Amino acid sequence: MALTREQMARRAALELRDGDYVNLGIGIPTLVANYVPDGIRVMLQSENGLLGMGPFPTEDAVDADMINAGKQTVTAITGAAIFNSAESFAMIRGGHVDVTILGAFEVSVHGDISSWMVPGKLVKGMGGAMDLVAAARNILVIMTHADKSGASKLLDACTLPLTGAACIRKVLTDLAYLEIADGAFHLKERAPGVSVEEIVARTAGNLVVPSDVPEMRFAL
Amino acid sequence: MNGFDKVVGSYEEALAGLSDGMTVISGGFGLCGIPEGLIAQIRRMGVRELTVVSNNCGVDGFGLGVLLEDRQIRKVIASYVGENKLFEQQLLNGDIEVELTPQGTLAEKIRAGGAGIPAFFTATGYGTPVGEGKEVRHFNGRPFILEEAITGDFAIVKAWKADRYGNAIYRHTAQNFNPMAATAGRITVMEVEEIVEPGELEPSQIHTPGIYVNRLVLGRFEKRIEQRTVRAG
Repeated sequence: MALTREQMARRAALELRDGDYVNLGIGIPTLVANYVPDGIRVMLQSENGLLGMGPFPTEDAVDADMINAGKQTVTAITGAAIFNSAESFAMIRGGHVDVTILGAFEVSVHGDISSWMVPGKLVKGMGGAMDLVAAARNILVIMTHADKSGASKLLDACTLPLTGAACIRKVLTDLAYLEIADGAFHLKERAPGVSVEEIVARTAGNLVVPSDVPEMRFAL
Repeated sequence: MNGFDKVVGSYEEALAGLSDGMTVISGGFGLCGIPEGLIAQIRRMGVRELTVVSNNCGVDGFGLGVLLEDRQIRKVIASYVGENKLFEQQLLNGDIEVELTPQGTLAEKIRAGGAGIPAFFTATGYGTPVGEGKEVRHFNGRPFILEEAITGDFAIVKAWKADRYGNAIYRHTAQNFNPMAATAGRITVMEVEEIVEPGELEPSQIHTPGIYVNRLVLGRFEKRIEQRTVRAG
């Protein structure tokens, strides 16, 4: 069975370490905040200028001056810091954010990522995604293994305009967890009930399959 | 008062001299921390062919979106314009030009502009459409692209409180692009929720020193919320 969005978020959360500063993209990456394992504290960075993002406010605490990068009203946790956009991207570009988790349309065996633009459709802009992928040392891409038509999103070369080149090392899909090295995807874990054969069939890019591929776990 | 008193009595005075074809840098992220009253004044003035530099371009009917309605904008430099249907339409019609710029690069371009740095190298955008045609240099074995600074004829910013000298502080995430924008205007106009006397703000807590501010106006703000997200109390 392919993983649900919640299962993907739960597995991704296992990548977090106590004391990590973390930037979460929109969509499934946002859900990761709900599954941070017990005993681990992370500080969420929102690129509009907030380090220590908390949950949505209660109705009486909504404040137009307190939003996240998705323009949603949010709160700041105790111990948060707020700063300007140049400062925010200095900490991103300077490699100070420990973990970045974001979605993608396509990822290649060389670690290229496409996530912001589909030619022929309207381009809404890259926001902070290009800065994030260019800078972070530890990026996890979360996406479905194939698109709605069944076409693989793990490719030898991206077909869509890039968000960043040679920057992705880890990919979590609804079928598998893979790492990228030496021009190939390396299959590390398979989703419960998903066969290696199915993953091979749905991976268009060069895929290295070890003799033993353990089933994914969702707790430490 | 004295030569350091930046306060002007009206929006008309605040934006006097703004004319067709100028470049205007605006603070704000989405609708958060935008100079609402100054944008409304630009609309009333009816100036056209503007180049607008801002992370976003407002929404339909509010923020910088109102300048699109009146076709006052020729070009937008922004990182994300997805909120705005009219923007889409004008872009598809070829009525406006848009230069999509990564958010961190945009912030740094404005910061550099205000700091007298003409250009800088960044890894952001290398190997993507953003990097096409730009000079590449390698540092420590890694490729970087050259990005040029941005300055404006006018910068319009929104702060929370400022003293008469223009020393200003921002409130929460309404800070965003405002401090950089404030540094990068040939004429920087700031509108605030409250004007206080010099000495009332703690000098070490000032976000934008008054040296950057040419005109200061007391504003009134609607503070619209784009995505009102709440949890159960």
